[in-house]
Amino acid sequence: MKSYDIVIIGGGPAGLAAAVSAKKNGIDSILILERDKELGGILNQCIHNGFGLHTFKEELTGPEYAQRFIDQAKELEIEYKLNTMVMDISHEKVVTAMNRQDGLFEIQAKAVILAMGCRERSRGALNIPGYRPAGIYSAGTAQRLVNMEGLMPGREVVILGSGDIGLIMARRMTFEGAKVKVVAELMPYSGGLKRNIVQCLDDYGIPLKLSHTVVDIKGKERLEGVTLAEVDSSGKPIPGTEEFYSCDTLLLSVGLIPENEISRGMGVEMSPVTSGPKVNESLETNIEGVFACGNVLHVHDLVDFVSQEAATAGKNAAAYVKGERGAEGGRDIRLNPVEGVRYTVPVEINTARMDENLTVRFRVGAVYKNCYVSAYFDDERVIHRKRQIVAPGEMEEIKLTKEQLQQYPDLETITVKIEEA
Amino acid sequence: MEVRNLTCINCPMGCPLTVEMEGDEVISVTGNTCKRGDTYARKEVSNPTRIVTSTVKVTGGKADMVSVKTREDIPKGKIFDCVKALKGVEVKAPVHIGDVIVPNAAGTGIDIVATKNVEEV
Amino acid sequence: MYDVIIIGGGVAGAASARELSRYKVNACVLEKEEDVCCGTSKANSAIVHAGYDAQTGSLMAKLNVRGNEMMEQLSKDLDFPFKRTGSLVICLNEEDMPGLQALYDRGVANGVKDLQILNREQVLEMEPNIVDNVYAALYAPTAGIVCPFNLNIALAENAYENGVDFKFNTEVQNIRKTEEGWALETNQGVYETKYVVNAAGVYADKFHNMVSEKKIHITPRRGDYCLLDKTAGNHVSRTIFALPTKYGKGVLVTPTVHGNLLVGPTAIDIDDKEGTSTTREGLDELITKAGQNVKNLPMRQVITSFAGLRAHEDGHEFLIGELEDAKGFVDCAGIESPGLTSCPAIGEMVADILKEKMGLEEKENFIATRKGILDPDTLTKEERAELIQKEPAYGNIICRCEMITEGEIIDAIRRPLGAKSLDGVKRRTRAGMGRCQSGFCSPRTMEILAREWGVSMSDITKTGGESRLVVGTNKDTL
Repeated sequence: MKSYDIVIIGGGPAGLAAAVSAKKNGIDSILILERDKELGGILNQCIHNGFGLHTFKEELTGPEYAQRFIDQAKELEIEYKLNTMVMDISHEKVVTAMNRQDGLFEIQAKAVILAMGCRERSRGALNIPGYRPAGIYSAGTAQRLVNMEGLMPGREVVILGSGDIGLIMARRMTFEGAKVKVVAELMPYSGGLKRNIVQCLDDYGIPLKLSHTVVDIKGKERLEGVTLAEVDSSGKPIPGTEEFYSCDTLLLSVGLIPENEISRGMGVEMSPVTSGPKVNESLETNIEGVFACGNVLHVHDLVDFVSQEAATAGKNAAAYVKGERGAEGGRDIRLNPVEGVRYTVPVEINTARMDENLTVRFRVGAVYKNCYVSAYFDDERVIHRKRQIVAPGEMEEIKLTKEQLQQYPDLETITVKIEEA
Repeated sequence: MEVRNLTCINCPMGCPLTVEMEGDEVISVTGNTCKRGDTYARKEVSNPTRIVTSTVKVTGGKADMVSVKTREDIPKGKIFDCVKALKGVEVKAPVHIGDVIVPNAAGTGIDIVATKNVEEV
Repeated sequence: MYDVIIIGGGVAGAASARELSRYKVNACVLEKEEDVCCGTSKANSAIVHAGYDAQTGSLMAKLNVRGNEMMEQLSKDLDFPFKRTGSLVICLNEEDMPGLQALYDRGVANGVKDLQILNREQVLEMEPNIVDNVYAALYAPTAGIVCPFNLNIALAENAYENGVDFKFNTEVQNIRKTEEGWALETNQGVYETKYVVNAAGVYADKFHNMVSEKKIHITPRRGDYCLLDKTAGNHVSRTIFALPTKYGKGVLVTPTVHGNLLVGPTAIDIDDKEGTSTTREGLDELITKAGQNVKNLPMRQVITSFAGLRAHEDGHEFLIGELEDAKGFVDCAGIESPGLTSCPAIGEMVADILKEKMGLEEKENFIATRKGILDPDTLTKEERAELIQKEPAYGNIICRCEMITEGEIIDAIRRPLGAKSLDGVKRRTRAGMGRCQSGFCSPRTMEILAREWGVSMSDITKTGGESRLVVGTNKDTL
């Protein structure tokens, strides 16, 4: 059986950044396994601009952003296999994978970095009633058809969900000659960035209907139209508010789910909130030497943060392989998300293993205006940052330092919460 | 006097901005919570610009399509002219990031360039 | 001129065709859709019933028990998934025990083997996720689950291998009596035949009534279902039925042969014979009712919902036989539950009727077995590696949720009566049936279909007809 120090599952932005970072931290034996025919992952179909402002201080398109990392990986001579599907990984880190050339093969890894990304929620997950005709696509599938294959899924489009992919696709479909009639959003706020609402919808006069959903689908063979209705505060359609839109295409942009079937199979402990692994300060799962980063860990809105997070995972995996992890004898501090904070990544911090600086990322459960992001070290409020607005669509963070934690030798729990002003 | 209503895009607040104009001159910006809203409003009413991204066909390459963009911002009013300038355009592989696909798109003085490498088969 | 034309390529039509193909006969199946298994046969509970439901002495009871007995050998002969998992009918109240006992008695009278009434403890030991307030249950170890798609497809493929013609996209519009038999007017011209088998599902009354004065009436009875992810597939390991009570019929919860969990059906009588549209009320009803017998159902794991139509004849009985006032016209009508279970026996009965009427002789070269699409999951690692070396397409995963390879998809397309659409591929291989519901694989499966059939991507449909998946190319209307 072949063996590598680090096997990285997925050659998208997370996998690439993790590989580059691991290599720069002294590991030569790295293998990236990518299921698609090229590196870069989903960025290859995200042809719009707006990527890389944090990382490269310029606005790149998805493929350009990906290419920067692909170039680095190639310069560093990092090995990768394309069109290769990982079938499973054992608890002992034996990776079973398959492709046309090598057939079914096994690799022993010293460390594994999970970077498989996420998938879109489907119509089925929403349980939208009606017929099941052609013409209903998840926004990402339509994005692939239009951007990678040059094929138009339809001419008259309704979009359900105002996630960023849905908004971006509203503009894309408009550019390619389709009429986008409306974007409906179940929540009373959009899950997408303001910038995308203005530049993808407002610019083209596409209405956004908040607190609306699809309640019926018409058309037996090809979609003929959908019925939208307003929903009440519990998300239930309000009778009498139904409105029919004729259309041949319904795009769904209703959420992303980390793809963790392989992680579950190997026994990685999962967070029910993020659907991603529970990780510690090193982005390491409950299985020693198995790390996770990017959208497989928790769904991000900015790829720049994916790259940052993945670099951390790569560095920590390198340290693990080299046996250079922080001195033993540290304490584990638990992170406790409450009152508006849905989760934190990581869920636990070991004071010995942690870097000098640690970013804790989280999302909030609702829109809060004029509030504070607070962190309590046990009972003492240590961080209290004023925010004009926090929203579920934008990932939040707090920064902790090793020095700061050392000042609290008995600290057991850091509670993160949103406090009203 | 003309009044323009905008939504600020700088942060999730999405402040509703009201811009009062006299001809081309901005008299006032209201509704913003911070300075960035003011700056955005003045730019958006005087000279709104956008980057346009799209795709064109590739022949003889490892992919069927190559993604493209206007190298710089173009005036908002020229978006569809730039998109239409791409209709029917086909390029031959290999294509590299930055290759000019359509020079001086729709008379904007801005080139449309490739944003992806497509190797020859 | 055919000897026999069978209207409908569902399980009843396909089973009839397959059994008929044992004999020297020139037969043809006319199917209005682009594939077999497009109506009632594709959207049902996928259950092989034990046989205690139907009235003792009815044809339904007889064919149910016989079909159940035949299914295991048939699944081996024709290589489709079938598991004898057993079923439980859940009784929640002592006062409903007479109803449970009646089912038991009826089952025994119908010839169902090994029935047993279990007490609360026995039930919970067998199925820990049954609600705590269960009182007793009727256990039927002979019940099972089957892949209805591959059962139907296997029957059709085997019939085809044995010489039966299949005409797709061919809708019978009118039936005329001729001197020698019958003329079937279709959207693809007129087909003449000596005998007709009317296996038209929810449309069987329409064709029956064209030729007979004794009218029948079939109501499309809609059933909504929810299919749950494989992570929920072990929630129960047998089919869990509700005992019908004065409060209604309840819904079943069952594992599927592919490891998902299925919840359903509702029972809503409608007029539209194409009305396979789910409704909010229907789906809500499922969620409420399923929880009455099975606790902690993870309804957040629903990956798709769908509706099927049962062909409910007013007399609730299978109508199988030559019509008295229309000689040469054989009904195979009213085939609702337990129709799927009964189909091997239905086919046998239809073939027997025709054999007797027509004096058919058996073929010497009847091919009794058929090999299904190779499922690489059933191979050892070594066998799988060897397969990929010989056929690299088996190393290329297309559907990542169900781990379906290009090799399987190509097989599904190239085999007899091969898949022409995304749904055709899906029903044969499960590609696109997983948790992402074809989000990732549909463009890739479309490419393979286009390549194999030598057509363009815009000719590929979801399920035939006007269900095209793409309508043009970028900027073509600008």
